[in-house]
Amino acid sequence: MLSRTADNLYWMARYMERAENLARVLDVHHRLSLLPQSAGEIERQWTATLDIMGMLGSFRERELAVSTDTVMHFMMFDRDNPSSIVSCLRAARENAHTVRGTLTSELWEAINATWLKLNDFAPARLAETGPTEFFDWVKHRSHLSRGVTVGTMLRDEAFHFTRLGTYIERADNTLRILDVKYHLLLGAHAPNDSAVDYYQWSALLHSVSAFEIYRRVYRDQITPTRVAELLLLRPDMPRSLAYCMREVYGLLQAVANGRSSETQRRAGELEASLRFGRVEELIADGLHEYLDTALNRILDLGQRISNDFLVPVTT
Amino acid sequence: MGASGAFFDEMSGADGTTRPHYAAFERWLNSTAPERIERKRVQADALFRRAGITFAVYGEAAGTERLIPFDMIPRIIPADEWTQLSAGLRQRIRTLNAFLHDIYHDQEILKAGIIPAEQVLKNAQYRPEMHGVDVAGGIYSHISGVDIVRAGAGEFYVLEDNLRVPSGVSYMIEDRRMMMRLFPDVFAKHRVAPVEHYPDLLLDTLRTVAPNGVLDPTVVLLTPGSYNSAYFEHAFLAQQMGIELVEGRDLFVTNEGVFMSTTRGRRRVDVIYRRIDDDFLDPQAFRKDSMLGVPGLFAAYRAGKVTLANAIGTGVADDKSIYPYVPDMVRFYLGEKPLLNNVPTYMLRKPEDLAYTLEHLPELVVKEVHGAGGYGMLVGPASTKAEIEAFRARIIAEPEKYIAQPTLALSTCPTFVDSGVAPRHLDLRPFVLSGSEVHFVPGGLTRVALKAGSLVVNSSQGGGTKDTWVLES
Repeated sequence: MLSRTADNLYWMARYMERAENLARVLDVHHRLSLLPQSAGEIERQWTATLDIMGMLGSFRERELAVSTDTVMHFMMFDRDNPSSIVSCLRAARENAHTVRGTLTSELWEAINATWLKLNDFAPARLAETGPTEFFDWVKHRSHLSRGVTVGTMLRDEAFHFTRLGTYIERADNTLRILDVKYHLLLGAHAPNDSAVDYYQWSALLHSVSAFEIYRRVYRDQITPTRVAELLLLRPDMPRSLAYCMREVYGLLQAVANGRSSETQRRAGELEASLRFGRVEELIADGLHEYLDTALNRILDLGQRISNDFLVPVTT
Repeated sequence: MGASGAFFDEMSGADGTTRPHYAAFERWLNSTAPERIERKRVQADALFRRAGITFAVYGEAAGTERLIPFDMIPRIIPADEWTQLSAGLRQRIRTLNAFLHDIYHDQEILKAGIIPAEQVLKNAQYRPEMHGVDVAGGIYSHISGVDIVRAGAGEFYVLEDNLRVPSGVSYMIEDRRMMMRLFPDVFAKHRVAPVEHYPDLLLDTLRTVAPNGVLDPTVVLLTPGSYNSAYFEHAFLAQQMGIELVEGRDLFVTNEGVFMSTTRGRRRVDVIYRRIDDDFLDPQAFRKDSMLGVPGLFAAYRAGKVTLANAIGTGVADDKSIYPYVPDMVRFYLGEKPLLNNVPTYMLRKPEDLAYTLEHLPELVVKEVHGAGGYGMLVGPASTKAEIEAFRARIIAEPEKYIAQPTLALSTCPTFVDSGVAPRHLDLRPFVLSGSEVHFVPGGLTRVALKAGSLVVNSSQGGGTKDTWVLES
């Protein structure tokens, strides 16, 4: 497969997954912002959201006041913000368009139809319906793209690079979402009270479709250590880091070439540490510290995948 | 020829009766509720839009994508007419390939004085770099799109031989798929010759012209990229043939040949079906500013390491200043009588032709010698006085840039328009494939001018398409 084609497939999947995760994060933060609290608290939460998703710097360049409206618009509809949901869906569609001949026609049509339909969601209309309808739609379209991918594509390199994009992006996003508590606590004036604490942890679980899963697995109250265990180590939880890394490792074996052995080794090392690790040990130095390290390892893998497979050779 | 007021209609004879090959379709049309047709039209639009069967329009905002309007009344060609047409096409493309081989080798036709040598050798489309280059199989134009119109009492004329990078074949196939999807019942009532195997024929053709000694050639399609107006077609054909769709930046050249960069290292390329103009193919050989091409490609091509389809330098044979000589070429190379008519053409570099044309502008069609796509042309009868005068000034400034032809009374076919069904002018572009043999699928792309009275069928100028049926006898 052409390196450029693999690159387009990989980023098509990453942007689609990123759009979905943004919708999840925003949905939760929007709900949190509706709780009775001070304007300062709301501002702090939105600042945290921007920070988690790596958009705080670009938002500050706009010199806008931090409010529910400005931040949500920036993260949802701002075409000049390359990380907004609209920009992610556009990038997914542009990557798909470039390799439409490699995709099944059903997959191309699903992604193209998402892009065409996006124009119906004017910000003004959402003022009436509320943003949840939009978040649900984005998640639904992402589910559809993924389902069509799994349901129609030949299990060849095209499929493997597409899935690699999905799982690298999801691993990245799961780590960021799990770090939300750390960001929420930054600069908090009042000591956390337990009701707020519960609401924040459960919102976090909701954002990764894990609230019911948590109840089923633990049948107990929500504790930070168990949330971390669920989202880091559970091999049967499809958004956990362990699950994503098992997929990433397997996919890297499937696409291995003469340059990629070190990348495989690093992916395998991380995968093994999650398969055999215990949550108490992983987070012994603090959850945030672990997440920070893990996120850097995912970023490193992403960089290595680009160098090994996606950047054209010239000799 | 000449417009007598009444046009030849594909469906109805001069006395208003339906031609026999349209009888079954007309019965079907009359028995089908207009609401059903309208529902199908809306459905077709949505399907084309969702499938992204669109083209980009130059000169509009970047990334603007438009649907080519699709008309649901097919253009039907009876078997005997197609037999006659296809023999003419075969003859014409064999001739043009012989002409290209000749002018890049011994130039017998110039020595014989059939065509003035400077008309060929000074032509901007003539590539001196190609002189003496032996291309695989001696074939230059592997894919030719010959624009055919029907005029007068129903005679066929060749309007243009497109031998560079003719496009539109994907719409031929998609129109057929759409018609079969929307109206399966009507296909049951007709014996319509299939066209969907065109990509198979194309791949076979490309494989037969691989460089000598390559037994299992790797064929790729080279596109300028996803912002090109015909990108849908490039992706479609690559997908249907199961070959890689490459851009210039995916390819590189070494002493050994041409390679593409893959996730598993480099892979050799033997045949390139290129949808990029000559000028942009190789910044080392042609336009230095080309970002689309592959440095060193021309050197590899000259050395016989890779085949380009079409060959470099075919433009000289479809140039409008060479077109008038094609019937002479048929006689010269094949010793045969030309089977297809040429449209009489005034070459404005000739003073007497220029004088005639300037006197008769309101009744003529004037085209740029190197123009394409319906850009930069004057249709006298459809133009205002001011437009004609503006064009007159351009002609006087550079007469050698133009040719003129009588305005053909192009045939019409009933077409769905806002006010119901009305006759609209159309043409036909069959696609002729030349490898070790000449192949084509029956029919081609029918383009239709949707504005009443308009003779310009190009999609860039608001034309639409129709499914084209060649009936099997």
